[in-house]
Amino acid sequence: MLVSIYRYNPEKDQTPFMEDINIDIPEGKDLMVLDVLHLLKEKDSSVAYRRSCREGVCGSDGLNMNGKNGLACITPLSDVVKKDKLVIRPLPGLPVIRDLVVDMSMFYKQYEKIKPFLINDTPAPAIERLQSPEDREKLDGLYECILCACCSTACPSFWWNPDKFVGPSGLLQAYRFLADSRDTAQDERLADLDDPFSVFRCRGIMNCVSVCPKGLNPTKAIGHIRNMLMQRST
Amino acid sequence: MSRLRTLNYDAIVIGGGGAGMRAALQLTESGVKTACITKVFPTRSHTVSAQGGITCAIASADPNDDWRWHMYDTVKGSDYIGDQDAIEYMCSVGPQAVFELDHMGLPFSRTEEGRIYQRPFGGQSKGPDDPTQASRTCAAADRTGHALLHALYQGNLKGGTTFLNEWYAVDLVKNQKGDVVGVIAICIETGETVYVKAKATVMATGGAGRIFQSTTNALINTGDGSGMALRAGFPAQDMEMWQFHPTGIYGAGTLVTEGCRGEGGYLINSEGERFMERYAPNAKDLAGRDVVARSMVLEILEGRGCGPDKDHVLLKLDHLGEETLNLRLPGICELSKTFAHVDPVKAPVPVVPTCHYMMGGIPTTIGGEAITQDANGVDQIVNGLYACGEAACVSVHGANRLGGNSLLDLVVFGRAAGLQIEKSIREGISHDDASESDIEMSLSRLDRLNSSTSGESMAEVKAELQKTMQLYFGVFREGESMQKGLKLLDELGERIKNVHLEDKSNAFNTARIEALELENLYEVAYATAVSAEERKESRGAHARNDFTERDDENWLKHSIYFPNEKRVGKRDVNFAPKTVEAFPPKVRSY
Repeated sequence: MLVSIYRYNPEKDQTPFMEDINIDIPEGKDLMVLDVLHLLKEKDSSVAYRRSCREGVCGSDGLNMNGKNGLACITPLSDVVKKDKLVIRPLPGLPVIRDLVVDMSMFYKQYEKIKPFLINDTPAPAIERLQSPEDREKLDGLYECILCACCSTACPSFWWNPDKFVGPSGLLQAYRFLADSRDTAQDERLADLDDPFSVFRCRGIMNCVSVCPKGLNPTKAIGHIRNMLMQRST
Repeated sequence: MSRLRTLNYDAIVIGGGGAGMRAALQLTESGVKTACITKVFPTRSHTVSAQGGITCAIASADPNDDWRWHMYDTVKGSDYIGDQDAIEYMCSVGPQAVFELDHMGLPFSRTEEGRIYQRPFGGQSKGPDDPTQASRTCAAADRTGHALLHALYQGNLKGGTTFLNEWYAVDLVKNQKGDVVGVIAICIETGETVYVKAKATVMATGGAGRIFQSTTNALINTGDGSGMALRAGFPAQDMEMWQFHPTGIYGAGTLVTEGCRGEGGYLINSEGERFMERYAPNAKDLAGRDVVARSMVLEILEGRGCGPDKDHVLLKLDHLGEETLNLRLPGICELSKTFAHVDPVKAPVPVVPTCHYMMGGIPTTIGGEAITQDANGVDQIVNGLYACGEAACVSVHGANRLGGNSLLDLVVFGRAAGLQIEKSIREGISHDDASESDIEMSLSRLDRLNSSTSGESMAEVKAELQKTMQLYFGVFREGESMQKGLKLLDELGERIKNVHLEDKSNAFNTARIEALELENLYEVAYATAVSAEERKESRGAHARNDFTERDDENWLKHSIYFPNEKRVGKRDVNFAPKTVEAFPPKVRSY
C-alpha cells in the first residue's frame, strides 16, 4: 500500500512536503491507521506523531486521513483506504510543530475559556450532590468528549476565527456544564458566551458531527446554547 | 554554572494521571508552589482507560454498607500481603475522596434516589461473616476513568495548577547526601533539557504494562518513575506481583471491564460451559481477578479454549439485553465492535487474560514518602522522594488488586501525598543543593544516547524484551524457565546499553523519548524477574508450578528489590490497623 505522509521538521525543512512510502500490509489483517504509523516508524524513526491509549479514549492521535479527520487508532484501513492509497496529514488549521504533531494551544485556550469545571456556590453537602437519573441523562452525549480536536479542526468557522469562535468541542463542553443540574453558574456562563463570535459563528455546517470519533453531536449542543441565549435576552 | 537552565519549585509531581493530578490539586490549593510535569497532555493519561468504576463504601446501593467490609475484601484480595494500616486508611477516607470527585463535577451514574450508582465487582462481600455479593463500585457508565480524569483536570484548571505539558522526566537528581532534589526533564516540543529543582519530587508515573507483549495498558505505560527510582538506587517492592486481567479482547489486548460480569455477564469455554462455577462455586465469575485469570488459562491448556486455535474463551453478554448494554456498558459495545468485530448484543466477546496492573512499585508510607532499608533491614524515609498511585506500593493491593480499587488508590493517596508534603514544607524542608557533578551524573544516560553513532535498533530490542517477559514471567511461572528468562534479560541489558538514536533532532523527537522509555521498561522488567524467581510460593497473582502453595511461614512478607546489588530482601507486612482488629491470614476461597 502507498502511504503519503506529511513531513516537516522545523530544524531541517524549509517547507513541509509529502513523502510517499510503500508499506507491506500483512495479509488477512485489517490494521488500524495507527498500526501503519508504527510500521512507518520502524522504517524511519524520525516520523513524529502523538499516541497513547490506542483504543480511542485518550484523544491523542486525531489526524486527517484521506481527507477526513478521525482517530488513527480506531480507523481501520478498510474504512479509509481508497485505491490502495492512504494520505495522512496533521489536523488542518492548527500550526504544525513537526510532521503530524500540531500545536493545540489555541484549541485548549478555547476549552479553558468556557470555564470547563463545575461551579456551585452553595456549601457542599457531606455526601454527593443528589441528581436524578433524568437530570444525569442530560449529560450523556456531552461528557464523553475526549478533546481530540477532530471536530474543531474540521470546522471552517474555527479555521477562520480560532481566537474568537469557541468551536464545536469547546461549545459541547460549555453545554455539558450548562446542562448539569449541580451547576449554579448558568447565567454567568451564558453572559460569557453572549457576543457575536463565541457561539454565533457556528453556521451549522455540521462537519463536527460527521467527524466526531465518539459519535457526539456538537451542532445540537450549540443549538441548545443558542436557544438559551435567545431566551436570556428576552 | 550548570549548562542547564534551572526551574525552581517547592514540589513537582511527575505524571498527570489520576494520582498526579489529585496530588497537584492538593498542593496547589494549599499554596505550595507546584508544577505537574507530564509527558502527555493530562487527559491522555492512562487513567482515562479505566472503565468499571471506583470501589468505595458510600452506602448508596446498600445503606448498611461499611468501609470495614471493603477493608476485609481488600485484605483478603491482597492474599494478606496488603498493609492493613494503609488499607484501613484507604477504605475509611475513601467516601470523602469520592464525594469530592462528585463536587468537582464527575458525572457519576445515578440511582432513583439521586445518589451515585454502585455496581457489583469481583471479590466484594458484606464482611468476614457474610459472603453475599456486595455492590460497591461507583460508576459513570463504563467510562469512569475518563470521567474521573477529566473532572480532575477540570478541578486543576479551576485551582490554577501549573502544568508542564509534554515534558519528559529523564532522571532524578540526588545531592551528595543522597536526598532527591528534583529531576532532569526535556521539553518535548523544543527539545530543551532543564533541571527542575524541587524540595519534594512525587512519582505519579503509573504502571509499566508495556513490559509484556500483551497488555491492556496504554503505549505510554513504560514505568518511567519506577525506572528513575531504580536507576537512582532506590528499592522497589513486590515487583513480582502483576495482575493479569481476565478479560482483554483477544488479539488486541484492549480492556473489557469486570463491570460486564458485575452486570451479569459470564465466561464460557468451547463447550458453552460456564466454567467459573467449577473454580469458584460461590462468587463464580466475580472471584478475585487472579483466580479467574488462572481458571481461564487452565481451561485453554486443557483444550477447552475457543476459536480455531483454541486459545481464548468467550464473555457472554447478549442475555443482558440491548437496553442494559447500551445504558450500563456503552463503551464496551463500542470497543468490542471496533477491536473484536463483535456486537455484544448479538454474540459473545472473545477474551483472554492480559497484563493489566503493577501491584508493586516504590514502597511508601501512607503519606507517599518513599521508603528504603538500611543495612540492618530497618525502614528509612528517602528525603525528597514521594510516590503515589500505580507507581507506588503503599501497599493496598498486596499480591492481587481488587477491581475498582485502583481509582480509589489514586485519589486517596494522591491527596495523602499532597497533605504530607504540605505539612513537611510548612515545617521546613531544606536539602543541600545538587552540585554540578550531581547534575552531570543525572545527565549521563541522555548524553550517551545523544552521542551514539551506531548500535541496536530500539524497536527490535523492545520487542525482544516484551516477548521474553510474556514467555517466562506470565500467568504461570516456574523456577527453571524463569532462570532462563533472567539469562535472556541479562543479554538484553547489554544490547539496551547500546541502543542507537539515529535521529538527533530537537523538536518533538519521539524517537529519543521512546529510547529513554525503553530503559525504564528494562529496569522494571528486571526487577520483576528477579523478584519473581526469588518468591518461592504461590500467592495472589504470583502462581508457580514448582511451588503451588501459599507459604505463610516464609513469605507472608513483601519482597523488596535492591537494584544496586540486584538482591531481593523481605519487608514486614503491616498487621496493625489503628481502629479495627487486624484480619489474620486465612485460606482464600471464593
